[in-house]
Amino acid sequence: MSDLLAARSQMAVSLAFHIVFACIGIAMPVLMVLAEHRWQRTRNPVYLDLAKRWARGTAILFAVGAVSGTVLSFELGLLWPRFMEVAGPIIGMPFSLEGFAFFTEAIFLGIYLYGWEKVSPRAHLLAGVLVAVGGAASGIFVVIANAWMNTPTGFTLANGTFTNIDPIAAMATPAAFPQTLHMTLAAYAATGLGVAGIHAFLLLRNRTSAFHRAALTIGLLVGAPAAVLQPFAGDIAARYVARQQPVKLAAMELLYETRAGAPITIGPGIKIPYALSLLAFHDPHAVVQGLDAVPRNDWPNVPLVHLSFDVMVALGTYMAVVGLWAGWLAWRKRDYTTRRRFLWALVIATPCGFLAVEAGWMVTELGRQPWIIAGVLKTADAVTPMPGLIVPFTAITLLYCALGVIVAILLARQIKQSPQT
Amino acid sequence: MTFPPSLADTLAGIILMALTAYVLFAGADFGGGVWALLASGPRKAQQRDVIAHAIAPVWEANHVWLILAIVLLFTCFPPAFSSIAIALHVPLTLMLIGIVLRGSAFVFQSYGGGGGRVFATASLITPVLLGTSVGAVASGAVEHWAGGKWHGFYEGYIAPWVTPFDLAVGLFTLTCFAFLAAVYLTLEAKETELQEDFRFRAIAAGAAVLAMAVLGLAVFPDAPPVDKRIVAVAAAAALGAFWSLWRRRYKWARVVAAVLVTLIVWGWGFAQYPYLVPRVLTISDAAAPRITLELALSAVLVGAVVLLPSLYYLMKVFKGRNAQGSFE
Repeated sequence: MSDLLAARSQMAVSLAFHIVFACIGIAMPVLMVLAEHRWQRTRNPVYLDLAKRWARGTAILFAVGAVSGTVLSFELGLLWPRFMEVAGPIIGMPFSLEGFAFFTEAIFLGIYLYGWEKVSPRAHLLAGVLVAVGGAASGIFVVIANAWMNTPTGFTLANGTFTNIDPIAAMATPAAFPQTLHMTLAAYAATGLGVAGIHAFLLLRNRTSAFHRAALTIGLLVGAPAAVLQPFAGDIAARYVARQQPVKLAAMELLYETRAGAPITIGPGIKIPYALSLLAFHDPHAVVQGLDAVPRNDWPNVPLVHLSFDVMVALGTYMAVVGLWAGWLAWRKRDYTTRRRFLWALVIATPCGFLAVEAGWMVTELGRQPWIIAGVLKTADAVTPMPGLIVPFTAITLLYCALGVIVAILLARQIKQSPQT
Repeated sequence: MTFPPSLADTLAGIILMALTAYVLFAGADFGGGVWALLASGPRKAQQRDVIAHAIAPVWEANHVWLILAIVLLFTCFPPAFSSIAIALHVPLTLMLIGIVLRGSAFVFQSYGGGGGRVFATASLITPVLLGTSVGAVASGAVEHWAGGKWHGFYEGYIAPWVTPFDLAVGLFTLTCFAFLAAVYLTLEAKETELQEDFRFRAIAAGAAVLAMAVLGLAVFPDAPPVDKRIVAVAAAAALGAFWSLWRRRYKWARVVAAVLVTLIVWGWGFAQYPYLVPRVLTISDAAAPRITLELALSAVLVGAVVLLPSLYYLMKVFKGRNAQGSFE
């Protein structure tokens, strides 16, 4: 394994691990706050129990998210020092803002988790709201920094030096809006449906539990609308990619030749004519740039990007259908907590959001290769000169595998202890 | 240093303040882990209990000071960040592993998953690596790397920070963290006997801090010279810390201990001024373009308006009511 590949793998493992906890850290506070709000309104103790149990699970996940996030902030420099030297002054701004947003999140999470008896009910609920706001804000700031890597703006590059640096213009990069929208919805959809799916499974074993019914409803309340909106956000993102990152789009859709009326390739030999032009530009005859527009050396790993994209779309579509189903049942005032088929569909949806998030990040990160800053700096030119990078890569991978197993065991134990009534 | 300080100097000062806050708050959380490891005597279990309760609500917020220092460093002084990250790749990666193990083991332990020993051991090792990395920056490890007159992995990436001075700074950092923790824990313990346990530990750790400082000055005469005025005030603070611990004035002890450790951090900062990375990059050499610095400073000021009241509230909720003793 070359040092470059080891560094890329270490970054991939670190991000793939962290993103699960980050999504939960963004969305779980919303679920906790909804449960606590209902408790304060209805005085139904089921909701208080729910808020407290969710808070316990969130405490574990948030802590792992916080420490794995710290690792990433260092790894930016440990693995990609040349990138940080160039990018730091341009996109340090969203990182600094993220620092403050995350600070707010951590402070009020401490108050939320340990302050049940120490602050007034209103202050406690407000602390939860601030955790949710801080979480969403820090996620958005980090994704803005990533968006800049895809569509770099806010500087002039002349003879290898960066001048006219404008951090505000860098934050207003074209990819910022579609990426932050897509990622924030993904966090709510994955976590909301994930929680709903777990409680659906427990309801299948115990039909009458008021606890799990309440949990299912709140999970759906957050997850279902996000899952239904996500295809629209995906469409917006795809159209931005078509205009700003045509090579990535060509890899996503296996389009080797630039052409008008481009089809979508679903499988070997299966094509939907005009579909790609229609999706990317809302015009069946639009010209879509193919991979042939750039030299072979500047292609990403096309099969992997395409596969990841299709996996993401398939999972997202399934979740949107489940979300619509939930909306339909709620609209018709049917008791969805007793419908076996619906509950099973939710159980299947439990991991889907997180798998889709991983696949989506593979699309955006692998699709940008061989560039670390699209069109500006190659990943190979940004890597640290330190040799033997396979060692830290192996160490971090083993560490995260062990942590993942322990977290899973602890959460499984929490879920098993949940009330039966 | 000129007055008023330049924009770059101001931001370097803010980064040093964030690091100081990390040492004073998160450092004490690490120190708590050390005392959990060294818990002994008839009240062993209660000691660990007090420590866990003291750390639980605040450690994540305390930890963010480090993230803030790092993002400000790479935003405002990118070449300093990248050269440190290259030259000190190994100790920083080890420190990160320590941070991950400490944090996750602590939360696993809090939620019934075991991991107490991992938490305590990582609390012992992580501060040593942090201090060693700081010592390595101060003593010119980055200069050694950037000079390029070395052959092979060991000479380039290990030897520069595995020096007696750098490791001594690592141990000194650990001792300071343990000292802070013991002093703070006298206010967390509710029973007098438990307070006495931590009082005894605080005095012992304080003596160790003092002994290491004096010994260090003797053994490493080439170390970056610390301003004599800072040394004088630090010596007074050390005396104050011993006096207040002796007289059981724990709230005073907390204040003077924090002042003492702050002076140690700032003594290091001023000793290497105007260099950010000694002998390689001065603060003004490493500074990002003016627009970036201005925006970073604005972000810090706006952020502080949100952050400081929130932090005050956090500390008031969890550290206000339990506190024993008083300013007498």
